[in-house]
Formats: sequence, structure tokens, C-alpha cells
Amino acid sequence: MTPHTDATPARLHRFSRAERMVHRAIAVLTIVCIITAVILYNGAIEIRIGHRRVIELVHVYCGFALPVPVLIALISAAYRADLRRLNRFTSADWRWLRSRQRRDGSIRVGKFNAGQKLNASLSAGAILVLLGSGLIVNFPDLARLSWRTGATFVHDWFALGFGLLILGHLTKAIKDAEARRGMRTGTVSTGWAQTEHAAWADEITAPPDPTEDTPPA
Amino acid sequence: MAGKDRENAGTPVGRRVVLALLAVGGLGVIGGSRVSDGLARLLAPLESRDPTGLIALFPLGSAFRFYSVTGSVPTRTAESYRLTVSGLVEHVETFRIADLEAMPQTKLVDDFQCVTGWRVLGVQWAGVRLSELLDRAGPMPAATAVRFYSFDGTYTESMTLQEARRPDVLVALQMLGSAVTHEHGGPVRMYAASMYGYKSIKWLSRIELTHGEQLGYWETRGYPHDATIRN
Repeated sequence: MTPHTDATPARLHRFSRAERMVHRAIAVLTIVCIITAVILYNGAIEIRIGHRRVIELVHVYCGFALPVPVLIALISAAYRADLRRLNRFTSADWRWLRSRQRRDGSIRVGKFNAGQKLNASLSAGAILVLLGSGLIVNFPDLARLSWRTGATFVHDWFALGFGLLILGHLTKAIKDAEARRGMRTGTVSTGWAQTEHAAWADEITAPPDPTEDTPPA
Repeated sequence: MAGKDRENAGTPVGRRVVLALLAVGGLGVIGGSRVSDGLARLLAPLESRDPTGLIALFPLGSAFRFYSVTGSVPTRTAESYRLTVSGLVEHVETFRIADLEAMPQTKLVDDFQCVTGWRVLGVQWAGVRLSELLDRAGPMPAATAVRFYSFDGTYTESMTLQEARRPDVLVALQMLGSAVTHEHGGPVRMYAASMYGYKSIKWLSRIELTHGEQLGYWETRGYPHDATIRN
């Protein structure tokens, strides 16, 4: 572990403005989708609240809007770099997933741990499936009836699964104030980074190593 | 290029997870109706006997989704309920629940199919054929269509007189083996077996014979005017 000397800053830059804004936009859109989904799905609540058309429009357009923040943020290099990190699994990630001691720091984690990577890709996949099945349900001319029945089935179950994933995500966030601070302000304490993401902390605090740029002999 | 190397180390599992979910979703769209119907048949007996109501919370296929397009819908009892048949008719008729119950009752078991895809298999329906009520009021020669009004104050639907006379178009008094509940559009609702659910107007209060069809509530909001169920 890198000792905290005067050379290492107290706080490390973790998330760019673009990343934090995407996170916030997706969070708001997802929460609105969930609230409206509960109203549309649950009979007792739907009958009490009514106004189905309005609720439906809010749900549908928030759903359509979900991928937009990501698409816009793709112009940010920092955002693209983090997407690449989330995409890639190393052998350490598989070890981390299998290990019972994954939280004790013995497996040195990069910017994202394997759980965060899985959460990101499962969320992205779920959003795309919900978007596609939602389109089929919303525009009856797009597909034949049995596909619309299938799309309703898919939409319901993916929504349930995505909801559980979000609950897990929130539980993790509630337990870790520094991780939340990272997403809110963009920086985290060096100590937190060294405990939770040791390999990443080293990567951004280590002085540039001149040998790294030299191709191996 | 150390940073780049770190970013590109390992395998693109994230992309594979996304593609796998898309594949599952695609297969689900194509085959989900079968799975959904199978689950519904398997679980229907359990669901009806589940005292906790927990099974109904899960999307296991055959379950009604309740649509209300206004704020709150007034409740009508057997005493306060009236159904009027008016418009291009020889004589305006008003029916109370007891009047409707005294008429010949038709029972049928058929699916409730929503245009968006969800359906409830094998629902028991009972009530008076719409054609029976139309005959009592006597449509004028100019009448070519029937318009339905809901006592929610907003929802309307219409169909051609020819469609309205089909034997599977009921003014339903019973549904699922008992009187139609308020949530299901009681005390009296329509049920048109061969058409999507949005034609089966809930909280029915008035039937009007008209010259030409008017677009219904959902039809002015994008649903197809021809609601015939086609697989």
C-alpha cells in the first residue's frame, strides 16, 4: 500500500462532471420510471390514482430518455475511459467474485470492483431490453400479438430484476458514505481509495514510472 | 500508454453480459407468450387460493391490469344504477340492474386480450347480449354505429352496429363467477370477446346509436380503430 506522504494528495479525483451528471440524470429518470411503473402495474394503486394516460406518457417518455444521457456523455473522454474499464474483466475480477475475503483488500481492486462492473453491464443490458420490449408494447403496430404478449412478459420480469439490482446498488451506497461522496463531489479520500480500490489509488498517485513506456527487451 | 493498457486488460465481459441479456430479451419476446400462458395455467389454481395475495404481485402471466383514465370513478349500486339506450332509436330505453337480470342471460368463457399484449385466459362472463337491448330500443334506419359511454365521465368507445350485434358482445353483469366489481367496471360493463380490451368499456352508463362511428378514448390516443383480435 502506498504510504500517505506529502507527495500523495488527501483527495483523489474519481468521477468527472460528465459522469456525475449522467449518474444523476439516469437516477432521476429511473426513479420516475419505477414510481410510474408501480402505479401502472398495481391494480389497487392504479384505480385510486387513475389518470392512466398521463402516468403512461410520463413512464414511456422517461423510458425513452434513459439512454440519452449516456449517448451525450460519450463525447467525454473520461466517460469513455470508464466505460472501457467497466467492460473489461481481468483474472483478478473473477478471483474477487469468488473470494469470501473480497472486502479485506487482499485482492487489489482497480477503479471498479467486479461487482460494480457487473452492476453496470446488467443495468445497461436491462435498460436496453426494457426499452425494446417497451417499444413493442407501446406501439402495437410494430409486432404481432404473440410478440406483444412476449414483450409484456419480458418487460415485467426485466423490470423486476432491474428493480432488485437497484435495491442492491442502493444498499451498497447507503453503507459507504465515501463512495457516495465520490459520486456527489467527484473526489474521494486517498485512504478510502487505498482500501477499496488499491490498484487504482496506486495508479493515479504513483509518480510516472519511466520504465513503463519502454517496450520490453 | 500504461493507462490504456490497464483499460484494455482482460476480456470484454461487460459487453458479453449486455449481449446475453439482449438475447434473453429477444427470445422472451418471441417465446414469452407461451411461457406466460403455461405459467398462468400452472399457477391460476394456486393464485385463486393464495390468502396472502403475494403470487399476484409477480408478473406470472394471467392477471388483470386495471386501467382508470380519470381521477376517481363514482361507485354505482344496484339501486342507483341506470343504463340508457338512446340516440337514433324508436324509443329511448332505461334499464335497472333488475331489468337486465330479468332478461335472457348469456354465459361465455373467453380470454380478455389487451392490445398491448397482456391477457387473461378463460374468464367467465355472464350478461345480456347487446343485440337484445338494441332490439328493445329499435334502431332507426339511419343508425349504423353504437357508441358507449362510461360513468367515469371521460371514456367512450364505439363499434359498428353490425359488430355490436355479434353474439359474443355482452352487456356483462357477471365476471369471474360473481357480480362485476367496481375495479373491473361494475356494476355493468361491456365485453366484446373478439375485440381488444379497450372496446370492453367499464362502468357502462349509456349506449347511443349514431350514424357513423366516433373514435373512442384510446383510439384518439394512438390505438387502432379496428380492434379485431388478430394473432
